[in-house]
Amino acid sequence: MNKRLIKDKLASRLMFMLTVFMIALIFAIVIGLYMKSRPILVTKAPHELLFGTKWRPLKGEFGFLPFIMGTFWVTGVSIAIAVPLCLLSAIYLSEYAHKRVRAFSLPLIDLLAGIPSIIYGMWGVIVIVPLTRDVIAPFFRVFSSGYSVLTAGIVLAIMIVPVIIHVSIEVFRTVPVELREASLSLGATKWQTIKHVVIRKALPGIIAAVVLGLSRAFGETMAVLMIAGNVARIPSSLFDAAYPLPALIANNYGEMLSVPLYDSALLLASLILMAIVLVFTIASRLILIKIERRIQ
Amino acid sequence: MRTDWRKIEENIFKGLMIASTLLILLTLVLILGSVVIKGLPSLNLAMITQTPKGGFYLGKEGGILNAIVGSLLIAGGATVLAVLISLPVVLYINVYARIGSRLAMLTRFALDVLWGVPSIVYGAFGFIILLSLGLRASLLGGIIAVTLLIIPIMSRAMDEVIRMIPKELLAASYALGTTRLETACKVVVRQSLPGILTAVLIAFGRGIGDAASVIFTAGFSDSVPTSLFRPAATLPLAIFFQMGTPIPEVQERAYASALILTFLILLISISTRIIMKKFTKNVIR
Repeated sequence: MNKRLIKDKLASRLMFMLTVFMIALIFAIVIGLYMKSRPILVTKAPHELLFGTKWRPLKGEFGFLPFIMGTFWVTGVSIAIAVPLCLLSAIYLSEYAHKRVRAFSLPLIDLLAGIPSIIYGMWGVIVIVPLTRDVIAPFFRVFSSGYSVLTAGIVLAIMIVPVIIHVSIEVFRTVPVELREASLSLGATKWQTIKHVVIRKALPGIIAAVVLGLSRAFGETMAVLMIAGNVARIPSSLFDAAYPLPALIANNYGEMLSVPLYDSALLLASLILMAIVLVFTIASRLILIKIERRIQ
Repeated sequence: MRTDWRKIEENIFKGLMIASTLLILLTLVLILGSVVIKGLPSLNLAMITQTPKGGFYLGKEGGILNAIVGSLLIAGGATVLAVLISLPVVLYINVYARIGSRLAMLTRFALDVLWGVPSIVYGAFGFIILLSLGLRASLLGGIIAVTLLIIPIMSRAMDEVIRMIPKELLAASYALGTTRLETACKVVVRQSLPGILTAVLIAFGRGIGDAASVIFTAGFSDSVPTSLFRPAATLPLAIFFQMGTPIPEVQERAYASALILTFLILLISISTRIIMKKFTKNVIR
């Protein structure tokens, strides 16, 4: 056989193997985390782990509920802040804005996505923490140290803005021009067209965009670790401290090898995080793929 | 009168839209502004030329050279490894796989899923790999975790440009009697080189800035790492530890370190834009 053809065959095999490796990586992560969290899964009942509220590793009590609830609170607040902002700007940038405004704004929003989370965390500490402590909390006549659900939610909201805006703009672009024209020709104003035609048509895609943002917020670690307060109790208000799962994992890496089951518990926390994020990303990606198919 | 109401509603919403876009852009300015204002006063030459001396975290002499070098080594090493894995995969699904192939679709889907996996999970997984290899937190560990983290980022960015190459170009190359490998290396890579470089830089930037993946795997040390098996400091973690102390001088150094990190990220971001614009020499349009 020709030398060139042999080279081609070899390269093909190698590339195929790397591709399979890439797909297998997802399974490898899940299986690896599962194997390492088995010791705690076999010694404790699942409901004890998931719904237990006591976190005392030294006494062998590992209740994840405070951390799971902390994650939900922080993520919920960030979504509540980010979604209206993102939708309004995505509609503006894709429907109203002049081409030049869009060309100016989108790279800046990309830049926002490129800022490391440690910088967001630091910014949260020097700007948002005092804002919550000295302005927002006194306004509602409550006391807050500033390291709270609200602070973490605000910073997370900014961090997920680029993801949601980007995907939403892509989705708006897939709405056929003919549909808009049909609506406009019936006498609808531009806003009515957007409200009743564009948004309705784009709704599944918008939901997918929000879910992608949601899963980003779920796994965000460093910024949250610095500003959420890290108290292992279920938060009962916006001004309480929270201790989300990723912060728990990152905060205890030093001690975990000396206490029995501790490392296993932390890797179980990673597994829970991975499972939630997997469900969210797979669901939103399936929606987006469906939309992409429709326009082709 | 009805038309009036419709106009008013439209204007209210348009106002809200402009306001939220401005708010988002303003936040960016605010973040960059506060990093510069806080960081500049405590930035000095010692910060970037010295390693921490004794009592550095109590406010004594020294700099964060260890973290800067550590971050560059980890991000650099990870970027090289990630290119070696990403580029073949992306070439495979675009050149070798048939159009509409299941495997290509599955790979893209897997990349999207991997892109969404939080960096702390890559950190935990990297830690498991290290344990199973019998290694401790080290430069190598950091490189492994960051490689896994940036592979999906790099591959997706590469796929986006390589996908756009016209199929006629490939057909023309095959018609001259080339194999798929030759077409991949000499036509596809060359045609999409600016895009590939951009993807590499984006991944490198992400690698420098990420802390959660290296917290378990790279460890931290006050000296510049001399071997792959020594723990290595990273910039984001240096910022994190300095922020964590109650001593004002050390916290100010954290701001200066943050400024250095932000500067690196901005530099990378601007270079990608320049590459996208200028390096289009070999590209057939």
